[in-house]
Amino acid sequence: MIRVGTGQGTQRLSTSLSLSEVLFRLLALALVDAVAIWLVIRMVADGVWLLVTLVTVITLGLNVIFLREEFYPLRWMSPGLALMILMVVYPLVFTVYTAFTNYSDGHLLTKPQAIKRITTGLQNMYVPEGGITYRWVAFQAEDGTLALWLTDPEGNHYFARPGEPLQPARAGEGIFGPPDEAGVPTAIEGYTRLNRIQAAANRELPSIQFGLPPNAVQVRTPTEAAVLRPRFVYDPERDAIVDQKEGKLYVADDSTGFFVSAEGETLTPGYIVTVGWRNFDRLLNSPAIRGPVIRVFVWTVVFAAASVVTTFALGLFIALLYNDPTVRGRKLIRSLLIVPYAIPAFISILVWRGMMNPQFGVLNRALDTWLGFSPPWFSDPMWARLGVILVNLWLGFPYMMLVCSGALQAIPDDIYEAAEIDGAGAWKKFRLITLPLLLVSVGPLLISSFAFNFNNFNVIYLFNQGNPPMRGTPTPVGHTDILVTYVYRLAFASGGGKDYGYAAAITIIIFLIVAAITLFNFRYTRMWEEVSEHV
Amino acid sequence: MFEQVNGTLSRRQRRQLIRLARWALTLVLVFYALFPAAWVFSASLDPRNSLAQQALIPPNASLENYRQLFANPVQPFGRWMLNSIKVSTITSALAVLISALAAYAFSRFRFAGRRSLLLTILLIQVFPNFLAIVAIFLLLQQIGMYIPSLGLGTHGGLILAYLGGALGINTWLMKGFFDAVPRDLDESARIDGANDRQIFVHIIFPLVRPILAVVGILTFIGTYSDYVLASIILKDRDTMTLAVGLYQLISGQFTQKWGVFAAGATIGAIPIVLVYLVLQDYIIGGLTRGAVKG
Repeated sequence: MIRVGTGQGTQRLSTSLSLSEVLFRLLALALVDAVAIWLVIRMVADGVWLLVTLVTVITLGLNVIFLREEFYPLRWMSPGLALMILMVVYPLVFTVYTAFTNYSDGHLLTKPQAIKRITTGLQNMYVPEGGITYRWVAFQAEDGTLALWLTDPEGNHYFARPGEPLQPARAGEGIFGPPDEAGVPTAIEGYTRLNRIQAAANRELPSIQFGLPPNAVQVRTPTEAAVLRPRFVYDPERDAIVDQKEGKLYVADDSTGFFVSAEGETLTPGYIVTVGWRNFDRLLNSPAIRGPVIRVFVWTVVFAAASVVTTFALGLFIALLYNDPTVRGRKLIRSLLIVPYAIPAFISILVWRGMMNPQFGVLNRALDTWLGFSPPWFSDPMWARLGVILVNLWLGFPYMMLVCSGALQAIPDDIYEAAEIDGAGAWKKFRLITLPLLLVSVGPLLISSFAFNFNNFNVIYLFNQGNPPMRGTPTPVGHTDILVTYVYRLAFASGGGKDYGYAAAITIIIFLIVAAITLFNFRYTRMWEEVSEHV
Repeated sequence: MFEQVNGTLSRRQRRQLIRLARWALTLVLVFYALFPAAWVFSASLDPRNSLAQQALIPPNASLENYRQLFANPVQPFGRWMLNSIKVSTITSALAVLISALAAYAFSRFRFAGRRSLLLTILLIQVFPNFLAIVAIFLLLQQIGMYIPSLGLGTHGGLILAYLGGALGINTWLMKGFFDAVPRDLDESARIDGANDRQIFVHIIFPLVRPILAVVGILTFIGTYSDYVLASIILKDRDTMTLAVGLYQLISGQFTQKWGVFAAGATIGAIPIVLVYLVLQDYIIGGLTRGAVKG
């Protein structure tokens, strides 16, 4: 046995390790490093720099932690920390970065990617003025290489192969078989003639250059081939894209992420640039955006607060109802009443959606029979808001019931007895003793519940997708949308209008609010002190 | 105690009145809590498969909806269920392991920055990582280029995304429990030559099984109930989890598919409800200390 580390007093970082354990640790680390290096080499080749950075940081971190004795405790946390950095911290950092960019539909690529997209590909090719167009027939050699039989408008024929100059040819001579009615050889020695369908099915064909560049011929349409020139060419010196056909210059504008001509025309796609505080500025100062955002924000707070208050009120009421230990069947009643909490929320929300269907839902049919009124839960803004709060009440009251009945039992009986001697009635006892004491002990849980409902995506999205929609907003937004579902809409809106930069800006605001609530809660519960004081 | 007389009612009469009112309220509350479950169960047995005609006690009750649920390859319900169970089981097992290792270190070692590290972890995990879905999406896409089984559209990728949150409030819960295990036990084992790994595996682990079970079950239920991450990462019908699949099954078609949906909802909910009811005392302790169901 060898002893690694030191045992100084209560500082117990000492570990006794056998040689084989040390060897095992080193071997495992070497294996991790080998895999990481293999990944990084491949990633560097592909230029996936973000991932390269992440893998490198995590691997280096693991090496430091497992080789330096002073980081011994971190070894135990390394799997969790690595996963947290990969799937939470990095996404968080990326979100902060995105909030300061114009990342959105039309700006989804980096500048080099956008240049590549604009300046390559067949859609970028054009037939220059005075260029010749040919009719073509494709032939395929046994090894798979392709060749074209070309016919120009004057009726001259050429045989074209990649990397060789066009060769004037005539059917029926040499390797060329006898001509068909268009003058195309029915067969060529060593080649098979492809019919139109076979040629159209060949994916490679349009990208092959037949003949010698720069006069190589490319297939342009199912019938036409021509000497093509790239229309847009990037000029790194001027940082601009030149339109060869029209002779226009599109200069990169790194403040908007577009290549722009003198007349203000832009090329698509644009690219991602950092835009400073513009997303936040828009959020706070653009009237078209600010209006809906403020309404969403206010509703988010109202929804979260109303959810906490209603579930707490009902939960407390039930807890008080069965607080008396003489009540028979308490255990059974509790089991029955926690069923709403036990059913996975996504299922019960959908069930409620069915039950609240305005035409056929059982709730609405019942209300219609008794009150002669069927609430439009999904089409009217106020009813929709009431609807989600009611559904959330059903989902959440059992939790509050459990929390409150635990807290009620912790209130000592002698306080009540003293109050009774002073002549306090039931209401007074509740208001002056039960409620204040209860709020002290369940307060932190109410705050967490507020934070949870602040981001309660499921109940809003699965019930009604945040609908009914508001009218006249620049991007779709609904009357029951809370901030998180609004962000989801912005990031995944169907039919265009995705704006990741703007969504990220709101995400940061959500995070700041929830983090503030949580910090406050830590203070409140003295979790801070607890962490430092406890064993 | 005082003999309080209220109006003309004697104390005994008042008690009886309260008891009566309590029973009446109990009936109302139980009805409120259970009606949706009863209603959806009844719908699942109603072969007319229609939202509009359903009655609480369906005439001609049959298992037709259940048969249809499993028979139709357009909605591979059995597959969804298995996917959900697979993803949730692996996630919760790994999350418990990862979290327990970290909790052990936080509970047993003293090191610089211990307190701030724990608080940092707690605070970072407040960030709902589905909000960074664009980053996660791109990340999984790129990871998938090198390790296909962890890429976009795979269960591996989804589990990876869930495990990002393995450390967090659960570690805090576990640490509290670990702290309650007397350190004398470690000390005496150490004197007998045990190292930290042996102490963790043979001494601490068996003693903290209850909290591991609670965290495991809560993680399982949370993962099982997740809709957002799963809906974005899994697009293929055969890889979907139950939450995504059921939502797709019913969305926009409440009136035509109500019965089949109800059968799916019943099967999907029963295992979780049973776990809750059987282990309620166990779970409630964990819940009321701050873990929130997803």
